Amino acid sequence: MKSKPGKRFNYDTRILHEAGAKDPSTGALSVPIFNASTYAQDDVDKRQPFDYSRSGNPTRKALEDTLAALENGTNGYAFASGMAAISSALMAVLKQGDHLVIAQDIYGGTYRLVTKFLVKYGIKHTFVDTTNLQNIEKAILPETKVLFLETPSNPLLKITDVEGAVKIARSHKLISIIDNTFMSPYLFRPLDLGVDIVVHSATKFLGGHSDLIAGAVITATEELGHEVYTVQNTCGAVLGPNDSWLLMRGIKTLGARIKAQQESASQLAFRLREQKWVSKVYYPGLPNHPGHNIMADQADGFGAVLSIETDSLERASRIMKNVKIWSVAVSLGGVESILSYPAKMSHAAMPAEERLKAGITDNLIRLSPGLEDVTDLLDDLCGSAKG
Amino acid sequence: MKLDTAIAHAGLCGDPVTGAVSTPIYQTSTFRHPALGESTGFDYSRSSNPTRKVLEESIAALESGEKGFAFSTGLAAITAVFMLFKSGDHIIFSDDLYGGTYRLLDKVFSQFGLSASFVDTTCFKNLEKAFIKDKTKAVFIESPTNPLLKISDIRKISAFAHKNNILCIVDNTLMTPLLQQPLLLGADIVAHSGTKFLGGHNDTLAGLLAANGSELCARLAFIQNATGAVLSPFDSWLILRGMKTLSVRMQRSQENAQKVARWLSARRQVARVYYPGLESHPHADIHKIQSAGPGAMLSFSVKDKSLVEKIINNVKVISFAESLGGIETLITYPAKQTHSDIPEELRNRIGITDDLLRISIGIEDVNDLINDLKQAMEK
Repeated sequence: MKSKPGKRFNYDTRILHEAGAKDPSTGALSVPIFNASTYAQDDVDKRQPFDYSRSGNPTRKALEDTLAALENGTNGYAFASGMAAISSALMAVLKQGDHLVIAQDIYGGTYRLVTKFLVKYGIKHTFVDTTNLQNIEKAILPETKVLFLETPSNPLLKITDVEGAVKIARSHKLISIIDNTFMSPYLFRPLDLGVDIVVHSATKFLGGHSDLIAGAVITATEELGHEVYTVQNTCGAVLGPNDSWLLMRGIKTLGARIKAQQESASQLAFRLREQKWVSKVYYPGLPNHPGHNIMADQADGFGAVLSIETDSLERASRIMKNVKIWSVAVSLGGVESILSYPAKMSHAAMPAEERLKAGITDNLIRLSPGLEDVTDLLDDLCGSAKG
Repeated sequence: MKLDTAIAHAGLCGDPVTGAVSTPIYQTSTFRHPALGESTGFDYSRSSNPTRKVLEESIAALESGEKGFAFSTGLAAITAVFMLFKSGDHIIFSDDLYGGTYRLLDKVFSQFGLSASFVDTTCFKNLEKAFIKDKTKAVFIESPTNPLLKISDIRKISAFAHKNNILCIVDNTLMTPLLQQPLLLGADIVAHSGTKFLGGHNDTLAGLLAANGSELCARLAFIQNATGAVLSPFDSWLILRGMKTLSVRMQRSQENAQKVARWLSARRQVARVYYPGLESHPHADIHKIQSAGPGAMLSFSVKDKSLVEKIINNVKVISFAESLGGIETLITYPAKQTHSDIPEELRNRIGITDDLLRISIGIEDVNDLINDLKQAMEK
């Protein structure tokens, strides 16, 4: 592998030049797809870098190194899905009898994992509104091992002061984990603020084309990396070589995509809040968003996802029925604009009472603008709302 | 439909729009909803993907199960099975279990309060002895085992499990549904490393489960979706493609294995050959009743340990690599590779000693394989 440019290059350059190793035998600029399960060994006593693809695959390795570089971590690991990444990270750091403090309006899949799955192993949890750091402090028990954050949160885009949260986690010797799916390392690098582990649904902005399912875990230290690797290799929820390659291919345009998508999200936020049928816009880039200043301090942007609350359930239904450019679908972060309905999609796993308490009402719509012209996107929404 | 036909037709979909006979690769993460509250049946590929679904239906049909599930690796499939249990539960395992399954218990699930007994399940009494009322929740066996090819009576063990209201789980990787269908013998769950004979080309990692009982299937579906270790659409398609030739591959490999086993048995440097197709195998009779053939994997021990390294370093046609079940013949040193995570004391007790080699026989010309072993041994 050629020597890496390192931090003396700017981030846009690093994305391209740290994304994927160059093939030493042919010089190919794109790393080959090694569709191999196993590797012939030359000598019984010499361990080669690759022996079995669950333990390590050259294509996956190139992706994992890229992920580590982009998040400024020591180790990166690629998984079969975001949930495989999150469950593997949690399995790596928790054991029977432990407790975790977790952000309240967390992704529905993580909510399900914690409430339906980890509890079987006697792992307890407390959900807190992490926008107020005191809530974190109050929830910590002697057996608490992990603080799990998501900022901006999904779907209400609440902002947590990560540096402040990390300070609390450190003083109680907790491992801090953050789901960085919404921002991607292009806009936010939590390990630089002292977070221990970053997790991603790479299906979203990292992949960016709605064409693959993938997850990532990046650690701040080799030691934590080793713990995650043990689970990855032992439980085997690894990403296949083809999808690893597709994900690397997606990462090459991450900067170009997310800048354009962020610009559209921002324009939509400002324009939608002028609409009579919109009762509320959730977007951290709006100056009146309660987390606006924190976000401006800790990240390089406000992201490309926003949510709106319509004036009625009927309006929300009408929009979903009438939109033409927007796809009504689960997921986000793709080049195609996706509109989703958290109450019945991403957060369907959350009981209604819990969901409403968290502010995820039946009138809430989440928007992930893609690369289409923003005027077309706005017209499609407004036309559908009135039509 | 005969099994051979069903296998050749795996994934033969006849796409309704184009008529394509091969299942399309649905390389998509999400699916557009027609309107609010309406779905095509596919919402998000972690939950269900059309290509993966065809594979899942195929493995369910071939194993005579109600539902099938595809995972990123064999160990991801077995992890999903372990996730059925909770802290305090106990499972009885075959003692010469695949090293990866052992490690999964030892490194991960012991942290979550699962406990295990490893017994020689070829002797039924050991099973009864290991059973703890109200605590034991399952018996997990391999038959034949890896790498010692020990045979357990699946029908008897399933009956024992059901009498005690616990699950019987069989890792059927070495046999495939072509040669053995544990669900028909009474097992509740069949697990596969699809990487091996089902895929058959040493080019894809995959894990598969087939299960019976709607409540059990619903729990497995929940775990698959919640923890997300799913197989990608492309790899699902590769496994389907591999499965179409399972029958011809397995027949050829098995014939070769039978010949290599006989040849090895006659060599003076060889101490013992482990292969259920040999009359000398202690449970060849049980295997004959519950399966349709001895398979294509065998192990052998050598009298002089130095021969191990000589063979491994000098084989030319045969590759020295982990894994098994591919069209290429692979030789493995279990003590240092597949079973290196099992403590030495336990390894020696169950017979995975450092004079043991495992061969997964492929579909090359058998004379080339025999000559290769011969020259390596005599070098």
